[in-house]
Amino acid sequence: MERASLVAGVIFGLLLAAPFVLPLIGEGYLLGLIIKAMLLAIAAISLDLLIGHGGMVSLGHAAFVGVGAYSAAIGLENGIENILVLLAITLGITGLVALVTGVLALRTSGVYFLMITLAFGQMIYFTLTSLASYGGDDGLTLWSLATLFGSDVVQNGGGLYFVVLGVMFATWWGVWAMSRARFGRVLRAARDNPERAEVMGFPVARYRLIAYVIAAMIAGVSGLLLVQHAEFVSPSLAAWQRSGDLIVVVVLGGLASRNGAILGAFFIVVVEEVLGSFLHEWRLIYGPLLVLMVLYARGGLSDLLEPRRGRAT
Amino acid sequence: MSMTLFLILCLNGLQYGMLLFLIAAGLTLVFGVMGFINLAHGVQYMVGAYLVFAFADLTGSFGLAVILSLVTALIIGLLLEYLVFRHLYARSHLDQVLATFGIIIFLNELAKVLFGPATLSIAPPEFLSGSIQLTETLRYPVYRLVTIVAGLAVALGLFVIVSYTRIGMLIRAGATTPDMVSALGVDIKRLFMIVFGVGAMLAGFAGVIAAPIFAIEPGMGDNILIVAFVVIIIGGIGSIGGAFVAALLVGLIDTLGRSLATMVLSFVFDPSFANQVGPALASMLIYILMAAILVVRPKGLLPAKGVA
Repeated sequence: MERASLVAGVIFGLLLAAPFVLPLIGEGYLLGLIIKAMLLAIAAISLDLLIGHGGMVSLGHAAFVGVGAYSAAIGLENGIENILVLLAITLGITGLVALVTGVLALRTSGVYFLMITLAFGQMIYFTLTSLASYGGDDGLTLWSLATLFGSDVVQNGGGLYFVVLGVMFATWWGVWAMSRARFGRVLRAARDNPERAEVMGFPVARYRLIAYVIAAMIAGVSGLLLVQHAEFVSPSLAAWQRSGDLIVVVVLGGLASRNGAILGAFFIVVVEEVLGSFLHEWRLIYGPLLVLMVLYARGGLSDLLEPRRGRAT
Repeated sequence: MSMTLFLILCLNGLQYGMLLFLIAAGLTLVFGVMGFINLAHGVQYMVGAYLVFAFADLTGSFGLAVILSLVTALIIGLLLEYLVFRHLYARSHLDQVLATFGIIIFLNELAKVLFGPATLSIAPPEFLSGSIQLTETLRYPVYRLVTIVAGLAVALGLFVIVSYTRIGMLIRAGATTPDMVSALGVDIKRLFMIVFGVGAMLAGFAGVIAAPIFAIEPGMGDNILIVAFVVIIIGGIGSIGGAFVAALLVGLIDTLGRSLATMVLSFVFDPSFANQVGPALASMLIYILMAAILVVRPKGLLPAKGVA
């Protein structure tokens, strides 16, 4: 068995066992932390599809988490409680927003792509802050949450943990399958040499747009689940610093690697928790730590777990 | 709307544009010459504001505080270049984004620890605190006029240096064909360091002159950094002239938009709709402008020649 599959097996095995083991040893509060890390991982995996495989560095990805979260929250406020209906709404709206912005953004590449995604992200951020009837700047606490045909299995205390785990597995597996399929190979070919991919007859722009829309929709789903977990939405979900956080997760984990985004997400959440527990001003350590990791730990965490092979692309 | 109000808005816009130019000039030089994405440029603006606050407190003289702040901002910039940035020039944009993001997190937190999370303010110096009668109905604060003049002076100085001096020639050449410049035996490392230091000082200067006008707070550089990026994208990366034109454009559009968007909308739509959408549209205007310009002219309004 490949090393990466082994690592993935261990990760998912541990996550599956955690809700049964942790309460027994009196650490049940950790489950909330794990949900947070898994939600981060879902968004990060989708961003890795763009950055790692597509070479498209987006600095506006968190905006789609925000769009997804607000689609769900607004649906809930208007009395739609079935999570499947909310999921359809979320996918539809994030997909549509991504399609429109993607068509424009993908006319550019490189640094310009980074900037234009940032610009669209900011537009979405300001749109969310202007939703006065849904809390505006301050955000909105949700008094009712989504159900699955009336059952609370998709809520905190119900089965939300397993739902998030299931979605993370599906995302992880789906993006991996996509990356191994012709779709992923074309994306990487276009990342490494767009002219050559184009000349070989692949409509590079269309492949990139599809990847962009898919990534946005996955991020949207993580936003929907985030609403279920936090029971609160605010525009800060879509702030550009959040997009920066997502890039940190993806790069620290290891670009275009099977488990990178998951490892990165858990690493960040653990670092934040551990540093934060003994120093209130933990960012004073976290910032320089990021700089040091960029300077000295190239290739990310997944590289450390796979010492003999190069980057798994 | 009265002509007077319109004039005041234009002056405010001009002043905001000057501030943006000071930040964008350093950003675009670093970006154009070194191809380096420095997200930490915004916190250098914040550092300038905090420095002038601290030095004014310490020395009791605004003028002295300005000079000390500029020198310190330069030193901090050079220190960052020496410790972090110079190791990243040859690396991917992604690594640069990540490392400079780490610096933002650190300096924002440091500001919070040293000065507290609350907003601080500083009064403009005594001799600049009055206002002046510009037209019969228009009085305008002297300090704001001075910032406009200071911005124009810096812009003119930069233009002369970049266009007519040897170092300016190297900067222009570096922005166009960096490989050729280093092949010709120019000490590219030293050139980078100078450009970087000057950029940091300009951002610091912007922070210094902004301090008496805006609130001083942790994270104040984050949003203005994004706006500065918008400016250099609109103007064309690496182009000082482009940054100047774009900074004025963005400054005016943003300032006028914030005051006028709701009013303009209420001509067409009903007032409640206009009140809801107006402010949001106003904050989005510059991003809409940037997206539109990128779609029509992907390299900006006045691109520097040869920049990829």
